Parts: sequence; structure tokens; C-alpha cells
Amino acid sequence: MQNEWIYIGLFMLIGAIIPIGAITVAWLLGPRKPNPVKQSTYECGMETVGESWIQFKAQYYIFALVYLVFDVETVFLFPWAVALGKLPLFAVLEGVLFILILITGLIFAWRKGALEWV
Amino acid sequence: MDFMQIIFLLCAALILGAALMVVTTRNMIHAALWLIATLFGVAILYVLLNAGFLAVVQVVIYIGAIAILFIFAVMLTRREMRDQGPQLNNGWWMAVLISLLSFGGLFLLFTNWSGFGKMMVNIPAGTDTLRELGSALVSPNAFVIPFEVASVLLLAALIGAVYVSFRGK
Amino acid sequence: MNFWNDPINFVSVWLRSLFSGWGMADWLVNVLLAVMGIVVLIICAMILDIMLVWVERKVVARFQDRFGPNRVGPFGLIQPFADIIKLLIKEDITPIGADRIIFNLAPIFAMTAVLLLWAILPLGSVIYGVDLNVGVLYIIATGAIGTLSIIMAGWASNNKFALIGAFRTVAQMVSYEIPMLVAMLIPTILAGTMSVNGIVQAQNVWFVILSPIGVLIFIISAIAELGRSPFDLNEAESEIVAGFHIEYTGIKFGMFYASELLHTFTFGGFIATLFFGGWRGPFAETYPLLGVFYLFIKAMFFYWVIMWVKYSMPRIRIDHMLAFNWKFLTPLAFVLLIVTAVVDKVLAQTNYHATGLLLANIIVGWVTIEILRIHARSLRKKDEIPAQPSTQAAHH
Repeated sequence: MQNEWIYIGLFMLIGAIIPIGAITVAWLLGPRKPNPVKQSTYECGMETVGESWIQFKAQYYIFALVYLVFDVETVFLFPWAVALGKLPLFAVLEGVLFILILITGLIFAWRKGALEWV
Repeated sequence: MDFMQIIFLLCAALILGAALMVVTTRNMIHAALWLIATLFGVAILYVLLNAGFLAVVQVVIYIGAIAILFIFAVMLTRREMRDQGPQLNNGWWMAVLISLLSFGGLFLLFTNWSGFGKMMVNIPAGTDTLRELGSALVSPNAFVIPFEVASVLLLAALIGAVYVSFRGK
Repeated sequence: MNFWNDPINFVSVWLRSLFSGWGMADWLVNVLLAVMGIVVLIICAMILDIMLVWVERKVVARFQDRFGPNRVGPFGLIQPFADIIKLLIKEDITPIGADRIIFNLAPIFAMTAVLLLWAILPLGSVIYGVDLNVGVLYIIATGAIGTLSIIMAGWASNNKFALIGAFRTVAQMVSYEIPMLVAMLIPTILAGTMSVNGIVQAQNVWFVILSPIGVLIFIISAIAELGRSPFDLNEAESEIVAGFHIEYTGIKFGMFYASELLHTFTFGGFIATLFFGGWRGPFAETYPLLGVFYLFIKAMFFYWVIMWVKYSMPRIRIDHMLAFNWKFLTPLAFVLLIVTAVVDKVLAQTNYHATGLLLANIIVGWVTIEILRIHARSLRKKDEIPAQPSTQAAHH
């Protein structure tokens, strides 16, 4: 089994060569004429006011958190799904119980307003 | 020194080096990215132990969810992305002493451990480890209670996080 | 074993005898053969990527009732090469204050994440990179690396718009991974294995017939995961002007663009593999190269479907998009998973397996539409009632 992963490791190394090679070729071929106006950051044609930090909404964090919980749950379900063919009906019901407990969590988050974007 | 040992040494060097950079770099986002390198090294360790499923799970959950959560948290709460103070404080010699003592203690403990001499158990070819894991997770003799308790734990984490963030509403 | 029945093995046995004849050590021969296979796969993927630029521009032109590029070469076929040469000789501008290392790493991560997917895509019955036993989760893992590259690009540009674009894109991509994971659990249950090759080989009946709603959920979440329209906030040109790749010029921008197109095609390949039988077709087992041809046709069909959706629908607002995911797609996906698991187990060995699953899917779809209809009716009633008193007040 490790041979397969060595293949994937080699694939990653060789696959990284294509973008690195392309960027190197562009670096060799492209002109280099830096001037301050070209290198200023883009703000719809105006000068940048203030530093590049604004108050970000906490909603991003809440969504990432809910995603984390459901991601872990789904990852737990993968071995269950693979083994499902050989197991009795009882095993299916155990998995269904697992899913239902977490759907309860989703409903709770929904009712509390954690899934709104405002 | 066969091939697996070389890969293990490189991987261990990656993990330790990246972990050192996590705690010493001044830029918070760089620290998060070095943490991602450390987690990736741990995934490579899982592959070396023939646990391909755990390696992929490590990448999906740790790098795909937890590291992104860290980066979001850093960007949401920090005004200054760079740590301005001095790297060491006055008690640094005590920290070095304690860490050396703990390392020495652990080292002595592990030299007397018999586990280092054991060979890796050769799983007979053809057993599907993933299927065994799946049936163990739901078999009443094995891990079904921890499986269900894990779902309750995840529910508790979700409810706790939502409650803490939405106390005002 | 001749070339037509088993091409990869035939060529590798011949090469192995050649290299051993030259006196190379055994491990070196193995590594060399693996590297040659990888290089062939990557070159095929990159050539496909270049052709996809042409396909994209021609198809969008036809949707918009005009010709596409037709000056450069016959039918405009040389247009992508002209594009690449133009991108390569453009100046590489790094904005002031940008984090150089991360700025340069982001396009490399984006492209590598997409190329890594080609290692497990089964192109034929014996033509594939590796047969990982955790293939399905590996697809998500490469998606995670892609998501990481977007955050790195947005952060390193030192630009408010890039950061906002990156955050919104990551929130969208990360949210739609849940229905995608659950939709990928359905072929895993039906096939009993997570390996993509195993899923193709278990499809005596295509899984689209056993689970049409699963296919719908997977296609919708795949479109959102790719960042294509109508979920293309990251490229919302009229809103935040190209999102997280504002500050990228030249070939680095080309890397993001090309990786998105290749990712779309690869996901078309995975839709075909997981649900539509992949390389299966008449005579595909005996002649694997025919399997490659079938997979290519199916993947191109799904690429066309994704483009069709892109050029027909307006962009969806981010709060609608996230509400759609968390309040509709995720519960639907979990309900479908429960129904599929139970029906599959109950009807496992009987003759009614396929029809039972199809019927269960139809019932789930019908119940969903009924619930949506009731919900829409209640929303409409809430909007109607306040209208009447105000018209009466206006009369007085």
C-alpha cells in the first residue's frame, strides 16, 4: 500500500514542477520595469485609504465552525458506509442514529440564527 | 538505512522544523502556514504507518477545516498581524531547565520501554482495513458506544459554539 | 497480453526488460517507470487544459449567439497557445507590501491540487495512476489544498478586495463540501468501497438510476465547490473586481484560470465516474483505450452541462447561496443518505434493489417539492395580508 502513496508523493513533486516552471519562464521572459504607481494595490482606481485591515464579519467564523463539526461527522460516516454491505440492519440503524443526533444540532443552529448572513 | 527510514527522518525533520517556526515567527499568518506544514508532515507519518485513511482524514479535517478556522480567527481578532514585543522574557532560563529535565525524564522512560523492539504486524494481504474499521465502529463488541458518544460530543461542541457566539440574540 | 488488451502493462513490461537489460537496479527501474507514467499523465492533463480554454471560449460564444475565436488557426484552435505565449511574456507585478513567498506559492498550490486529482481518476479498466483505497476522501483532500491556496492568494495580495473575495470564496467552498461529502457517501454505500476504481467496477447498473437526487446534489455542490457560476463570487467582476486574484498578473493569473478549467473538467470526470459508470461501455473491458474514449465523452458532456448552467443563470447572492446550502441541500442530503442506507440494506439481495432505490428517490424528491410548495405558499400569505388595509386607508 505504501507504493501507492510513494506514487502520489512523486506525483505531487512532478506536478509542482509545471507551475514552478511556468512561473520561472515568465520571470525570465517578462520585462521588469517597476514603478510605484504600477505596484500600488488596486482599489477601484483610487488611492488606498487606511491599512489593509477591516473589521471582518464574525459570520465567517461561525460558518467555518459549523462546517468543522459536520466535516468530522461525515468523516466518521465513511468507514460505516464502506462496511455497510456486510453488516446487519442493526448497524444501519446505529449510523442513522448518529446522523439524527447531528441533524438535531443543525436544527438548533438554524433556530438560533447561526446560519444567517446578516 | 533503508528507504522508509530516510523518509521518516525527513518527515520528522519537517515536522520539528515547522513546529519550531510556528512558535518563533513573528507574523501570525506565517505561523498558521507553518502549522499547516506540520500537519502535513503528520499526514505523511500516518502514511508511513500504513494508515492511508487517517492520512487523508488528517488533510481533510486538520488542513481543510481546522487550519482555515485558525486563519479566520487570527484575521478576525488581531489588529496587528505582527508580534511586536521581545521574543524571550525574563524567565527563559527556567523554561530551558524544565524542558531539558522533562526531555531527559521521557528519554529515560522510553529507553526501558519494550515497544521499540516490536516489528510492525504484517496485515495479511487482502484484508480491507477500512472495512474492518467500519465494522468495528458499529459492532456491539467493539466501538459502538464511543461512536455514538462521539456524535453526542460533536453535538455538544456545536451547541456550545453557537450558544457562546449568539448569547445576545 | 497484447497492446490492445492491456496497454500500460504491456508497455511497462517491455520497458522494464529494456532497462534491466541495460543493467539498472530494480528499484531504479520501478521509480523510472513510475516517473514516466506520471509525466505522461501530467502532459495529457496539461494538453487537455489548453484545449479546454478553446472549448470554453467557443461554447460561451455559441451560447451568446456569436462566433468564438476563429482567426488564429483553423476554427481558432491555435488561440490557447497564443494566450499562453501572451501570458508568459507579460510583466510580473507584485504589489507593494505583498507577502512575496506566499504570493508566489498560491498559484503553485492551486495548480498542484488539481493535478493531484489525475492520479486516481480511472481512465480505463486497467489505465489509472494508482488505485487508492481511500479515493473518495482523497478528492476532498485535494479540494482542501485548493481552498488553502485561495486564502493564501487573498491574504498575500495586501488588498482589501482580495481579502474579502478570498473569505467569501472560502466560506462558499467550505460550506458546499458537506453536501458533496454526503453525496459521495451514496456511491460508497452502494459499491461497498471507497476506491474510485472499485466504484466504477461495481456499477453494473449505473448509480444515476439508483440515486438520481444524489447526482443532482453532487452536481450542484460540485459547481459551487469549483467556484463556477452561478456561484462565482470569487470572480464577481461587477462586484469586487476579480476577487482574490486581483493582484495577479501574467502566468500566475493564467495558473488560477487554467486550474479552474481543469478542475471543472476533472470534476466532470468524477461525476461520470461516481455516478455514470466512468469508463464502462460496450467492449470497454477488453479494449481499455475504448474506456478512455467513453470517459472522455462523458466528462466532456458534464463539462458542457456545467458551462450551460454557467452561461444561463445569474449570479446568486452570498446569503441566498449559504442559506440554500445549509437550510436545503444539507438536510436533503442527509435524509437521502438515511433513506438510501436503509433501503439498500433492506432490499440488498432481492430483485427489487434497483427499483426500490429509484422509488425511494422519487418519493424523497416528491416530498421535498411538497414541503417547498407549502413553505412558499406560507411565505406568500405572509406577504399578502398587510397589503389590503393600506389600500383601504388610501381610499379614505
